[in-house]
Amino acid sequence: MKMKIFSYPYIVWLAIFIVVPLFLVLFYAVTVVEGGSLKFTMENLKRFLDKNYLDVLWVSIKLALETTVITLILGYPVGMIIAKEKPSKRNTMILLFVIPMWMNFLLRTYAWLTLLGKNGIVNSIVTLLGFKPLNLLYNDGAVLLGMVYNFLPFMVLPIYSVLVKIDNNLIEAAEDLGANKYQIFAKVTFPLSIPGIITGITMVFMPAVSTFVISRLLGGGQYMLIGNLIEQQFLWVGDWHFGSAISIIMMIFILITMAITSKFDVQKEGSSGLW
Amino acid sequence: MVKRVLKKLYIFLMFLFLYAPIIVLIVFSFNDSRSRGTWKGFTLKWYAELFTNSEILSALYYTILIAILASVISTIVGTFAAIGIHGMSGYKKKAVLNLNYLPVLNPDIVTAVSLMTLFKFFRLEFGFVTLLLSHITFCIPYVILSVLPKLRQMNKHLPEAAMDLGATPFYALRKVVIPEIKPGIVSGALIAFTLSIDDFVISFFNKGVGVTNLSITIYSMARRGINPVINALSALMFVSLLILLLIINKRDQKNLNPKKKGEAI
Repeated sequence: MKMKIFSYPYIVWLAIFIVVPLFLVLFYAVTVVEGGSLKFTMENLKRFLDKNYLDVLWVSIKLALETTVITLILGYPVGMIIAKEKPSKRNTMILLFVIPMWMNFLLRTYAWLTLLGKNGIVNSIVTLLGFKPLNLLYNDGAVLLGMVYNFLPFMVLPIYSVLVKIDNNLIEAAEDLGANKYQIFAKVTFPLSIPGIITGITMVFMPAVSTFVISRLLGGGQYMLIGNLIEQQFLWVGDWHFGSAISIIMMIFILITMAITSKFDVQKEGSSGLW
Repeated sequence: MVKRVLKKLYIFLMFLFLYAPIIVLIVFSFNDSRSRGTWKGFTLKWYAELFTNSEILSALYYTILIAILASVISTIVGTFAAIGIHGMSGYKKKAVLNLNYLPVLNPDIVTAVSLMTLFKFFRLEFGFVTLLLSHITFCIPYVILSVLPKLRQMNKHLPEAAMDLGATPFYALRKVVIPEIKPGIVSGALIAFTLSIDDFVISFFNKGVGVTNLSITIYSMARRGINPVINALSALMFVSLLILLLIINKRDQKNLNPKKKGEAI
């Protein structure tokens, strides 16, 4: 059958809109304009090794890691509790977890300003209890909260979808063989849920490390993550060469992380099971 | 017993965490004050103003128009591409699949700046066309990824049997293959639509003068204080989505097809 030809239009599309742009970015990253002419150089990539920029990279990675760990700790029990509910109930509950994602994420993040602000709802409760109002906005904590808030469903969904598929006979078999609850979790449930955890980690870590919106809204104008740095170079400074260099560095970093995590992923097919 | 209560409490707290901002948004869409901190009494004026605010109406128009066009085009291109890729083999298939994965794995911001660079390089004017092209580009891979598994599940002798019985390849495609993979196509189209309607990063770098979507409008408003009209609009959108969902859910429960429902999520 000659079904192959159906993919040709898309292959052309892939070439124009995915391959060529990446090469263009790479091209920008290794060139500078000097006296009106292009020159190949490693200057842009070297510039990133400056302490200030490396600090930004470090802060981004640290924040993304913290987000991943917190969403995992908060999300795993949620996935587990929902997976153990009756089928009709758990579908509704998982749906309730997905629904918030349909509201524009910028608006949801912005709503936290109302909750956390100086005269916000959280602070009115705090003052009502007789404490001094807290400074909750425009700091690391606020950005971290915004990240956890935005990415929690991405951790819960894959973990849930793996947990719900675990054969109940396995757990019963473990019980019959005398395992207690903790042993069942440690030896049966948890190992079987690892593919879900890996998917969750990638789905949280990747967008978290590259975000620039959450940090801008909740961290204030001064807050710099690697995403903000790229945005700044492309839209405000206009140094596309340096911006491209940072993009390439970030892309390589992400692809390496992906390659490492996919090594741990035993069931390759399961990772696309979210949808 | 205590454990059950603890579990319930934990789930309740998580839902509170997820829904608190949404409740705040909806409540403050009825607030008779522009400032977001204080409650000044009940009003419906933001809902009335929604229909006269040209900035927000235009953003809404472009958001929906782009989402519809991008999801329709990417579903058609993506479905055919998936059928084609399914028919390929060896290293070619691997190469195309890996390239297809790139926009999925790459951070949004890298996809965004690379497209921006492309459009700038070819001196395309930033506006409707660039916005639409970039949305189609990031939607297609998701369509392909949701159609491919259905093609793999399909009995590969089915189209062959149809052609043995005298169907032309196109007739077999239309009458046999497409109906078989329809669930994948539908969920692919839905994913594309949601991604497009919710996208901020890629649109932000590829928008043009006078052509923006809701996300960008919200982002630019966030600095000078969000117009409560936006709250009203999103409250309306949220509630209508919720109602739609409840109807679908009710119908599904009547049809009693628990397996299908798990896939729909």
